[in-house]
Amino acid sequence: MTKPSQYKVIGTRPIRHDGVDKVTGRAVYGADVQLPGLVHGKMLRSSHAHARIKSIDTTSAEKLPGVFAVVTGADLPCLAGKMANLGEGAINLAHLSQNCLADTKVLYKGHAVAAVAAISPHVAEEAVKLIRVEYEPLPPVMELLAAMQPDAQLLHDDVFTNRLGEKSARPSNVSQHIHLEQGEVDQAFAKADLVIEREFRTASVHQGYIEPHVSIAFWNADGHVTIWTSTQGAFTVRQQTAELFEIPVSRITVIPTEIGGGFGGKIPVYLEPVAAALSRKCGRPVKMTMQRDEDFQGTGPTPGSVVRVKLGATQDGKLVAGQAWLAYDAGAFPGGMIGPGCMCVFSCYEIPNARVDGFDVLCNKPKTAAYRAPGATQAAFACESVIDELAEKLGIDPIDFRLKNAAKEGTRRPDGEVYRRIGIIETLQAVKQSEHYRSKTSGPNVGRGVAAGFWFNVGLKSSAAANVNNDGTVTLIEGSTDIGGTRTSVAMQLAETLGIAAEDVQPHVGDTDSVGYTDVTGGSRVTNATGKAAYQVGLDIKQQMAARAAIVFECKPEQVAVEGGVYRHQGQALTFKELAGKLPHIGEPVVGRATVDAGGATNGFGVHVVDLDVDRETGKVTILRYTAAQDVGTAIHPSYVEGQMQGGAVQGIGWALNEEYVFNERGEMLNASFLDYRMPTALDVPMIETMIVEVPNPEHPYGVRGVGETPIVPPPAALANAIYRATGVRMRELPMSPPKLWKAISRSAPPA
Amino acid sequence: MPRKLHLSTTINGLPTEFLCEARQSLLEVLRDVLHLTGSKEGCNNGNCGACTVLLGGEPVLSCLVLAAEAEAAEITTIEGVACEARLHPIQQCFLQDAALQCGVCTPGFILSAKALLDRNPNPTEHEIRFQLANNLCRCTGYDKIVRAVQHAAKQAMASPEPGCIAGGSAK
Repeated sequence: MTKPSQYKVIGTRPIRHDGVDKVTGRAVYGADVQLPGLVHGKMLRSSHAHARIKSIDTTSAEKLPGVFAVVTGADLPCLAGKMANLGEGAINLAHLSQNCLADTKVLYKGHAVAAVAAISPHVAEEAVKLIRVEYEPLPPVMELLAAMQPDAQLLHDDVFTNRLGEKSARPSNVSQHIHLEQGEVDQAFAKADLVIEREFRTASVHQGYIEPHVSIAFWNADGHVTIWTSTQGAFTVRQQTAELFEIPVSRITVIPTEIGGGFGGKIPVYLEPVAAALSRKCGRPVKMTMQRDEDFQGTGPTPGSVVRVKLGATQDGKLVAGQAWLAYDAGAFPGGMIGPGCMCVFSCYEIPNARVDGFDVLCNKPKTAAYRAPGATQAAFACESVIDELAEKLGIDPIDFRLKNAAKEGTRRPDGEVYRRIGIIETLQAVKQSEHYRSKTSGPNVGRGVAAGFWFNVGLKSSAAANVNNDGTVTLIEGSTDIGGTRTSVAMQLAETLGIAAEDVQPHVGDTDSVGYTDVTGGSRVTNATGKAAYQVGLDIKQQMAARAAIVFECKPEQVAVEGGVYRHQGQALTFKELAGKLPHIGEPVVGRATVDAGGATNGFGVHVVDLDVDRETGKVTILRYTAAQDVGTAIHPSYVEGQMQGGAVQGIGWALNEEYVFNERGEMLNASFLDYRMPTALDVPMIETMIVEVPNPEHPYGVRGVGETPIVPPPAALANAIYRATGVRMRELPMSPPKLWKAISRSAPPA
Repeated sequence: MPRKLHLSTTINGLPTEFLCEARQSLLEVLRDVLHLTGSKEGCNNGNCGACTVLLGGEPVLSCLVLAAEAEAAEITTIEGVACEARLHPIQQCFLQDAALQCGVCTPGFILSAKALLDRNPNPTEHEIRFQLANNLCRCTGYDKIVRAVQHAAKQAMASPEPGCIAGGSAK
């Protein structure tokens, strides 16, 4: 809880630069883009979860007045066997293409099959209904463990199991088997005083951003494609679209609009290539907006999972061995979230002997996408529940048990990562000393639970540039789309570096033609990596401004001393603003630039505490009090750091208590609306207390670690542990919704 | 093409006429016909509240209102909440208290909150949460939104703003 006092801007709470536009309705989100000649696209989606497409007849749709174009999978290039690295590891481009528009098979209900562009969304909808598709239905594969069986119905003939680089002999629904191991696992378990092994299940859940997917594409007659889209990464949209059409990236300009939430779900392309294909055909800009049921059924949820965790400890509470088996459903195409799941399962602890096996499993559900710390929450639910049980059985306070075993600098994770300076111990201590944790709970069905969580936080590449204006302000152009206030957290770092006010930096998000390459807004990386770029832009500007000051001071640039935004030489002094005012008359304009590859993980740890009340009659959980603590390195704008922690916690609460994809036996999602897919409302949660812990990241000039993802990880386990304290029932399946909890309570204590 | 209907309304204090199809929602007309894109479409079936506008001072989900029903109606959208260049206290408090992240649900929240405070200037936390349960936010966890509304209520009680004459309603 140290407050870095050496800063003037960092750690303050200025009003965000884009704030007024967002509270007055002026901010332009994807759906708000209007263009001359704009027409509207609609998708035809599969009514089957698994079927072969025998034929598609679009003639009636094409004939409907007001229809300009109809496309199917045949309108995208055949990319069989082509691989590409799109910043998240190598992926099979044919799969990406088939997910945008199916070719020979549909692999989930809601899979895009064809699309229409028409004069209005209503006409497009009518035309979609006129498209005739003949299907040959196949049995849907919906259950994770069944999908892994050797005799299971296959989704793909060209997917084989990759195990440590070896390809399986026969095609399989298991696309990857990850194996990690360190130490002598079996011997360590044999020596442990207490070993607990449990199995956990979680349902598929959706990111639930309030703004549906939306894209506008215009394929000009000169072959240049312009895309306006709500995305987490303009450059990844450009790359994916270029690969799918086999055209150079320079022929595509992506203009990122304001984005109404992403949480990982707005990294893959869904609509962009389809809108582009329609536009290529009709020569007009085409806008496609998903309806909410399309967002649920046609875009990535996060994987459902089966996770088995076995942990061994000594009598005095030292963890000696760990073993985890994780199967995550990838949805209809390979490449789910199993990698980070394996990495994160034991990431909070020092477990010298550990073995982790992870499986990426195909099933007839929408292709999964990242969701805030993708893969970590499922793993933490399992590990943190077993940790809680060990602590309880050994009679040790759950925070003390975690403190005894917490990872620290030098701890080696099973995947080989050796931590640099991290802050889980400080975070646990902060919680232990908190008023919340020291308070007593009361009431017959009230319980308190704690859980820890981890996300590695990536670095990756960012670019930024800034122009010094002669009124003393600086216009910053960065490549990171801003989902939650990062324009301000990045601008504040530039302001700090230059010694000017946050309000004197005007941040803008550039399009792919006006800013250097920048990776996605994801991995909790923007305030870290793009912030680092802004810092370097500041150093560049400072150097140039010193050279201009030298002209005024009639000295050498290196003789100019710069401190706190004031440029000095032998009794002469100019503030940044005064010097900027002289720029029109002295030397060249000042433009700073920087590109960074921010490198490795910054490692964010969080610990949450929840007090809740269980209604034994209905199984409904009421959250009474909630505290989220996290090591964020340095909090640039504390209000938005708190906001990330609160928002992540509430998403985690939704995952824990209510959210799930409900499928019938035909693989149809039964709850594809915000009414039936029950996300938390303002009435479902209390205020979320936050404790910002600051153990500066030594790799960042201002100590930033990133904050956004970690807070979703602890809640399900924290709630499950609290429910146990309240009821004596260990819930090992998410969601812990009223009917499931009620059943579990009834089983444990049948009514007299 | 079906014949269009002619409607006369008052939107944000200004007399506004428009043509619409019988099947078009008020949201669609506000956004696509009148270019008042501050009202957002999050679900188009009445479950998220992002399209909340005030109809005769009462909050409604404009995706569930047919534009054809709006004859003679007085409508306030987010574009009419600020009084000319002066932000409404709720807008000001949303900014000061960092009550938005992505911002797409914000217009709906501000209108729901305005409807509440217009009716009940001193609501309890529970009353605020009850009113705002109509609006989904996926970013903030609601904490800062609830606090911003509490803050706005306190501020309005301390120094009531004079009402706007036309084109806005900073009541």
